[in-house]
Amino acid sequence: MLVYLFRRLINVVLMLLVVAAVTFGIFFMVPKLTGTDPALLYVGKIADHAAVEGIRHKMGLDKSIVEQFWLFLKGVFVGRDFNAGVDVTHCYAPCLGYSFKTEQEVFPLLLSRVGVDISLAVGASVLWLLLGTATGIVSALRRGTALDRISMTVALAGVSLPMYFTGLVALAVFVHQLGWFPNTYTEFADDPVSWFQGLVLPWITLAFLFAATYARLSRATLLDVLGEDYIRTARAKGLKEPVVIGKHAMRSTLTPILTVFGMDLGGLLGGAVLTEKTFNLRGLGYEAVQSISSSDLPVIMGVTMFAAFFIIMASLVVDLLYAVVDPKVKLA
Amino acid sequence: MTTPTETSGPPAGAQPDGASISEPAKKIEGRSPGRIAWDRLKRDKVALAGGVVVILLILAAVLAPVLTALFGHPVDEPHPDQINADLGLPKGAFGGISGDYLLGVDPVFGRDVFSRVLYGAQISLLVALGAAVLSVGIGVVMGITAGYFGGWVDAFIGRVMDVLLAFPQLLFSIALVSVIPNSVLGMGDTTVRVWVLIIVIGFFGWPYIGRIVRGQALSLRNREFVDAARSLGAGRAHILFRELLPNLVAPILVYATLIIPANILNEAALSFLGAGVRPPTPSWGQMLSDAVGIYQADPTYMVIPGLAIFITVLAFNLFGDGLRDALDPKGN
Repeated sequence: MLVYLFRRLINVVLMLLVVAAVTFGIFFMVPKLTGTDPALLYVGKIADHAAVEGIRHKMGLDKSIVEQFWLFLKGVFVGRDFNAGVDVTHCYAPCLGYSFKTEQEVFPLLLSRVGVDISLAVGASVLWLLLGTATGIVSALRRGTALDRISMTVALAGVSLPMYFTGLVALAVFVHQLGWFPNTYTEFADDPVSWFQGLVLPWITLAFLFAATYARLSRATLLDVLGEDYIRTARAKGLKEPVVIGKHAMRSTLTPILTVFGMDLGGLLGGAVLTEKTFNLRGLGYEAVQSISSSDLPVIMGVTMFAAFFIIMASLVVDLLYAVVDPKVKLA
Repeated sequence: MTTPTETSGPPAGAQPDGASISEPAKKIEGRSPGRIAWDRLKRDKVALAGGVVVILLILAAVLAPVLTALFGHPVDEPHPDQINADLGLPKGAFGGISGDYLLGVDPVFGRDVFSRVLYGAQISLLVALGAAVLSVGIGVVMGITAGYFGGWVDAFIGRVMDVLLAFPQLLFSIALVSVIPNSVLGMGDTTVRVWVLIIVIGFFGWPYIGRIVRGQALSLRNREFVDAARSLGAGRAHILFRELLPNLVAPILVYATLIIPANILNEAALSFLGAGVRPPTPSWGQMLSDAVGIYQADPTYMVIPGLAIFITVLAFNLFGDGLRDALDPKGN
């Protein structure tokens, strides 16, 4: 178990390194393709030549791509100094550098944004996981009934609707027509009630989309599992139906759902770009889109690393949970 | 994951199947797996309806110039007379829908929404189909190679797929699309962007099919018919593409049908975020994005592209679901 965990953690670090290297490589090339000078982005267009060169040196932009990448990695693990000869700024680990645009330190900036995505993802995921799997399981057990048909029709519509369209319709109806909810985000720490009210619609919109997927997936999986030999055996040896379903069938049904759940949750934590744009929330996704349109490399790198980190960690947690859910899986 | 069978999809149904050649009497007729699937599909009215809608949509997109000439107005032609100059909104009720403008006009410019939706369908379907072809192409080659050879080849391809899945794809796509030059190799802006969308969406989509094909190839590689081919001295390429591939046609076909609606949603999402084709070339996501600011005053302009996406994605999903059920060897 410990050996397995250790191996997986090394794997996590390696994958993050690859993601970092690819992102760095691509966005290092961007300024060259578009012909913009990152140093100029820092100081603004009116600055004189010496100031531009000074900042270029301080930010390490005069070094080669390999050296810059090395400095970036060093910053992440042990922190780094930005040395302009006279003034030295130390950026503590995990250092993701400074935004080209606002000169804010990237890590604290992203940390202040991630709250939105955590609120969004946690609330929505509880809703969709319960709603989606429950619907799917009931549909599978009542296969062919009106209930099954109706749920599956709704679920099919759910997976076919773009989330930003349902979101806009929800906004038009519940915020602007009925006035039930505010269209603003409040920090949980500031006012939990407003926080909740502001997030109800995004949660429901997002959960509807995902619940539809989960309902379809869990229904299909459970039907597959119910056709397996070991279920017939369990029934043949006289186990009661609730035990057959609840204890034997459910374990295998939950495994694929867990996999998808890990990927979805990880993806959302790293920035729900579409939801954020539709509901005017300012999380990691918003920050990412902003930074991309202004070629703000340190912020782009930061968001990508955040997002990759969440996705990879989520899949690690899922793999560990497999051992709990699925009796067939042994970690080695 | 379905169990391996000798089921071949319709294309492979062309393979000689000795049992199915029946003599004049209409007694017991052996049916090829492809024939069984086709019979099942024919009975599935919902799936057939989806298929018909898909064909109609493709026809509508291809014939967009003709339909526009017959029932609409040139796609980029502004009609200021249809617009209330003070508000920048259509004069008529419901977004200016009238006998002359079947789906109304867009805000500010007064362009014919009917024409723009049709031309938007061209972009949407072109990108979705192109990306599906690319994903399936890469996914099949990678998956079959990983599954058949196993060992370090499998481990390497598996890692590549993990890294790709850990990438924040949407962010990455926006970033890539945002740095494309306006003209590459003499191609116009729209052509370049369509190609980039196809490549970006298709490239991030292949690990999903890669995993499915890998799993299937893994379970097939030790089957007798593969051993037989090997012992007869067949080369690797022959085993991979002449022995294994025909047995993988069913899952590949199903997956290809189901990845198209996902691609349509992806393209719309990228356009919604401003990373699709550039105006004045119309696309559905871009229309929805334009609608964000004015949906309270002109809800029609939000509903129409939203419905266009919904109907298209739903039709593909219905057909794909039906195809999957028809090709499922365990179904009846």
